Amino acid sequence: MMAGAKNRSVLAAYAVAYIVFLYLPVVLLPLFSFNQSITPSFPLTGFTTDWYLALADEPEMHNALINSLKVAATTSVFATLLGACAARAFTRYKFRAKPAAEGIIMTPLFLPEILIGLSMLVVILWLGFELSLVTVVMGHVLVCLPYCVTVLISSFDGFDVTLEEASTDLGEGALGTLWRVILPIVMPGLISSLIVSFTISLDEFVLAFFLSGDEATLPVYIWGQLRFAAKLPIVMALGSLMLVASIGLLIISEIVRRRGERRLKPSGMDTP
Amino acid sequence: MGVIEGEGGSALAKLGNIKLSEAARGLALAMPPLAYTLLLLAVPILAVIYLSFTAREPDADGNMVMSFANYVRVWTDPLYLHLLARSVGISVIVAVITVVLAYPIAYFIAFESGKWRHLWILLITVPFWTSYLLRVLSWKIALGQSGAINSILLWTGLIATPFEGLLYNIGAVVTVLAHSYAVFAILPIYVSLVRLDRSLLEAATDLGDGAVRRFVRITLPLTQRGVVGALMVVMIPTAGDYVTPVLIGGKDGIMIANQIQAQFGKANNWPLGAALSVSTMLTIGFAALAILVLARKAGRLAR
Repeated sequence: MMAGAKNRSVLAAYAVAYIVFLYLPVVLLPLFSFNQSITPSFPLTGFTTDWYLALADEPEMHNALINSLKVAATTSVFATLLGACAARAFTRYKFRAKPAAEGIIMTPLFLPEILIGLSMLVVILWLGFELSLVTVVMGHVLVCLPYCVTVLISSFDGFDVTLEEASTDLGEGALGTLWRVILPIVMPGLISSLIVSFTISLDEFVLAFFLSGDEATLPVYIWGQLRFAAKLPIVMALGSLMLVASIGLLIISEIVRRRGERRLKPSGMDTP
Repeated sequence: MGVIEGEGGSALAKLGNIKLSEAARGLALAMPPLAYTLLLLAVPILAVIYLSFTAREPDADGNMVMSFANYVRVWTDPLYLHLLARSVGISVIVAVITVVLAYPIAYFIAFESGKWRHLWILLITVPFWTSYLLRVLSWKIALGQSGAINSILLWTGLIATPFEGLLYNIGAVVTVLAHSYAVFAILPIYVSLVRLDRSLLEAATDLGDGAVRRFVRITLPLTQRGVVGALMVVMIPTAGDYVTPVLIGGKDGIMIANQIQAQFGKANNWPLGAALSVSTMLTIGFAALAILVLARKAGRLAR
């Protein structure tokens, strides 16, 4: 209906080319991480897993990994809790300040990260706090919040208020309703929000760079290693593992979200 | 979340049989995330604005001295003016290129992907979920003098001498930024296309509009919100991008964020760095406003 057969195949070819463009850099890191040569260029010189094995002897990297996991786990919990408050408020209640509140919470998405990072840095140092993983978490919660709210709103949107009312009518208290009615329904959304914010925090560089002080996270560690050409293969191996982790986490969160949506909307309605 | 609202509600009800109004409950529930964002974003930005109006050196008593000197310097020194113009210029170019490249793919997903729609959406979002730093690093590996692109072309005999200048220039910065922000452009356009009333398109065809005319008069104006949204969401963050100019830009592709970072770092002139930050946001805000006005005018012309 929309276009002739020829136009359609041109469009499809364009779409495929676009996907290749999008994935090109994502494929390069893993490819060269298994290559023997220290410089990433063709022809490949031979298959090796040495660079991955060498990761085991990088204690600095291990510290950074542990730091990143701590930060990401803490960030995901706080961002999801705050996000759940916002999403519930926006989907369940009507109030005058709603558009403004939504706009403010979404703002970090539209600002250059360097501006967010430096502004926080100024205030933190003025107040006399030390930079640490805590300050990184504070920044990460801020930038993860818009994503959590978006994920949670789409999950809470399908929530049927009558279920809540029915539960109250049947004698459940507020806590019982929350535990036995609301939580099971919104659980997929919450899990998906936890995973999404965990992934963003794990990969986030600019804020961590400005706010981490002496305690490097993984991306900050990688940034530091980029100065040494000899470390590039190890960095590529680490980077490949991070790519796999991010994509794996995203796919898990998609599956959880889809399953939750299907349970809420058995008619199979499309949600873009 | 339900705990706060539920317990608060029933406790109050017990106290004086008062129930919080719907609006008050909603606002109370939205308060923690709202307060968090205001406290950690709005307050720091105000602090930076204040800092930008102070002199570098405090007075004899250690108090901060108010001063316009930073702004005078930013807006008169050709170095900073050049960097500002260049950063905003790059971000506008990147936004336009990204949106032009993104529109057909959004169109394809919205209208032609059939039952594979969700898979396509997933396909375009997956790269975005990987670390931005790593994606930029991959581009550096791809574009280098003896990098992936040059070496594969040499190896296969397609070229005899490697291309120079794939890396470390504005073109490379634009390419990498357009790649990084692709999803931000595709999704808003896709959403506006999906919401489009298709009967209008059929009507246009029935009334004799060709494909091009129909696109310019119906499809494009009706998806204007998506397009403008995509332009904004690409343009504003890219103007202050830090990683790409440092890794990909080299000397010729330097942007304002490098200079801001330098003032907060090595140069240790925070007030100047703050004035640069504020000036960047004002300039990009002005550019965004100009695009909004232009888009509205263009939309009216098309009809």
